[in-house]
Amino acid sequence: MMAFLFGRKKSANSAKERLQLVLIHDRTDLTPAELDSLKDDLIETISRHIDIDPTAVTINVARDGRSQRLVADIPLRSVGRRRVR
Amino acid sequence: MTAKVVTIASGKGGVGKTTSVANIAVALASRGQKVTCIDGDIGLRNLDVILGLENRIVYDLVDVIEGRCRLRQAMIRDKRLPELYLIPAAQTRDKTAVSPSDMVRLCDELRQEVDWIIIDSPAGIERGFKNAIAAADRVIVMTNPEVSAVRDADRVIGLLDAEEKGPAALVINRLDPAMVKRGDMLSVEDVLDLLAVELIGIIPEDENVIVASNRGQPLALDGKSKAGKAFQNIARRLMGEQIPFMELESQNLFQRLLGRK
Repeated sequence: MMAFLFGRKKSANSAKERLQLVLIHDRTDLTPAELDSLKDDLIETISRHIDIDPTAVTINVARDGRSQRLVADIPLRSVGRRRVR
Repeated sequence: MTAKVVTIASGKGGVGKTTSVANIAVALASRGQKVTCIDGDIGLRNLDVILGLENRIVYDLVDVIEGRCRLRQAMIRDKRLPELYLIPAAQTRDKTAVSPSDMVRLCDELRQEVDWIIIDSPAGIERGFKNAIAAADRVIVMTNPEVSAVRDADRVIGLLDAEEKGPAALVINRLDPAMVKRGDMLSVEDVLDLLAVELIGIIPEDENVIVASNRGQPLALDGKSKAGKAFQNIARRLMGEQIPFMELESQNLFQRLLGRK
């Protein structure tokens, strides 16, 4: 009973979280698949210039009022660490 | 006199646009304003029945646009208030019978005669919507605290920005404070956070809305019901008064007491 009471997420929270994602895609016309493909292209291009860890790259669309921004986090591999390897 | 043209749109159907147009128009007229409302939903007219004026229609919007009557002849006066008029939609035509420039021309003529022109947009984002917003100085977007209505409102708000008709003002209709309290309805804060627009009204869920539509007597005529009072508040905000959002404040309190995350 307690698990049921506390474990079940409030439906309003589900609605809000689902809407947050839907609105980003509606507003930008960018599907999750397109975002993945953009991420791959970005990794490829940047890798030609600097050494990065492709598995650590994250790319997201963040909301800022009614506008969206593309936020990429691209950790660089340090030169020192690369030499050790 | 130079009227302000206010269009009410929503994207999704059934969220309460027509009820709100009727009640906001009645509320403005009850405050001594001269108001004309226009039913923009050609082919699916309903503002006439909500206002209880369905038996008095002789000419409609398309008759004016196609020159079969003068503007004045299509304005049905609501006898319950000193200066409230309705221009009904044509029922046997479709949205293509009117163009955005027709609406601009008609409203320009009407602007000289009244204080407010309130236009009821049809659902959707096609021709009827474009006609309804063409002459608007201000657009009110209606939504319900519900996923499909919020999503469609967001789309409409985006289109209004693109058409340089923004920023839109938001009305959240059919809010049930008890459902919000138990976490089963999006709160006013949730909807504002998602849509990021200015709020101009919150209408609580109220059975009296159906009773009023059954009788053809808009709630705002007496203003005793919760919803009727909320419509009166929207009219006052449109007129430039600063009216606090009663419901919103009590919800914030609920949420704080519940320690909403």
